[in-house]
Amino acid sequence: MLKMAYFCKLSMIICLAAIFLSTQVGAEIIHNERSLYRNIIVEDTGDLRCLRFNVKNSKSSQSCFLKSNPQSLVFNYTKLLFSALLVNNQPERILIIGLGGGTMSNTLHQLFPKSRIDNVEIDPSVVKVARQYFGFFENENVKTYTQDGRIFIKRALLKKQKYDWIILDAFNGEYIPEHLLTQEFLTEAKQLLSTNGVLTSNTFSSSTLYAHESATYQSVYNEFFNVRNQKNNNRIILVSAQQLPSDKELLQRIEVLKPQLSPFNIDISAIYSSMTSSNTHQDWPENTRLLTDQFAPANLLNIE
Amino acid sequence: MQNTWQNPLIYLLAFCSGFCIMGIELLGGRILAPFFGSSVHIWGSIITVFMLSLAIGYLIGGKYSTQSASLKRYGGIFIIAGLFILPIALFATPIMEWIFLYIEDSRYGSLLASAALFFLPTIVLGMLSPYSVRLLVTNKNESGQIAGKLYFISTLGSAIGTIVTSFYLVLYFEVNQIIISFSLILVILGLGAILANKHSNAQKVSYA
Repeated sequence: MLKMAYFCKLSMIICLAAIFLSTQVGAEIIHNERSLYRNIIVEDTGDLRCLRFNVKNSKSSQSCFLKSNPQSLVFNYTKLLFSALLVNNQPERILIIGLGGGTMSNTLHQLFPKSRIDNVEIDPSVVKVARQYFGFFENENVKTYTQDGRIFIKRALLKKQKYDWIILDAFNGEYIPEHLLTQEFLTEAKQLLSTNGVLTSNTFSSSTLYAHESATYQSVYNEFFNVRNQKNNNRIILVSAQQLPSDKELLQRIEVLKPQLSPFNIDISAIYSSMTSSNTHQDWPENTRLLTDQFAPANLLNIE
Repeated sequence: MQNTWQNPLIYLLAFCSGFCIMGIELLGGRILAPFFGSSVHIWGSIITVFMLSLAIGYLIGGKYSTQSASLKRYGGIFIIAGLFILPIALFATPIMEWIFLYIEDSRYGSLLASAALFFLPTIVLGMLSPYSVRLLVTNKNESGQIAGKLYFISTLGSAIGTIVTSFYLVLYFEVNQIIISFSLILVILGLGAILANKHSNAQKVSYA
């Protein structure tokens, strides 16, 4: 009996080791370049292709997709972004800040072929790599602008444009663009939202910055949803121009969305269960200092 | 006969001007970001403007030092520099809003904004280096050594100003609070130099 248990354990270890080896040894770098802002690495591991912005830290994958099944979203956080559809299920104008491999844009274009998608990416090399290696798709409805996200939003406000869904994905584990985290910026983004508009932000804040970031979002939007599966420091912040929907409304919308999202391997019920409201779960101190254009040491706060 | 404390005072002032120049330059990126973003060309604009205005400042400062140079005039330059950096804190937003409206290309927008905010104060701060050399040098033989020592101290000030501002000051204070503090420091140092000048003149009179 004891021997049996031992055997099971051993086979499990071998199995895990095999998985580990296949992801480590099987990885092949197919593109490597130093752009103006970072190192860009495209890596193939069997069927999985990933975009990395740094060599050593394996956590810093920006975008991944399965070559055999490009529409299946690999990353947990990209799936969590779809929580926005619980607030607005027909986004006609979508703004994505931070392109990565362009997988989010591709998926959204498949889901809403008639919607207009504007992608904003600061690094021209990332746009090039997305087109070349990740099948990033553009047409008259899907456009890309090589620009700083904050400037794009300011210019869009001057042109009196509106968006139904703004996806803020300009942060990665290593560096945070500090001007995209301030009260002033979040106010500008709020002004750019249509009446039923929603904003989802993928952020990596830990410890000290978590509180500052939360307090700043709360001050601009009055309430937000925290969307996260595990207790790691990666979370989606969901806010909307109007008041966020109640639990009852959310549950009704899940039923509508379920069939729409299942082809993309997205379980909207699971996403719903990982959402918490900042009004019922305020997990930061009351007197936390807000981030403003005058005070925005986000990167310093994130290492404290 | 010069006072023994006059040279250390000049070195201290040169250190502080170096400190403030790089502190302001570093904050420049933070000031411009809301309107012109954080692309690489933002730093291109800021560094270009600082280098250009320092170059002009050296030229003007050197020329100005040929006309009856004194600690009093030296202090005056500090006071003007301090006053010239105040608009960075007071009017940066309306200035940048205006430029943002009229110039679409963020390269030229950030270049013009850097020029509008930093050109004049950095020229005045640049004037201080050659002027310090003029006040410190008493004979030709030691002039190179003194210039070397002065650049050592003012550049050391720049290095410390950079690290202190970027590592610590931005973590506790608002950008405008830091700028206004720099302004105050420069004005106080300038007044100090003028007072020291008066004091040494009075001493000279009493010796006579």
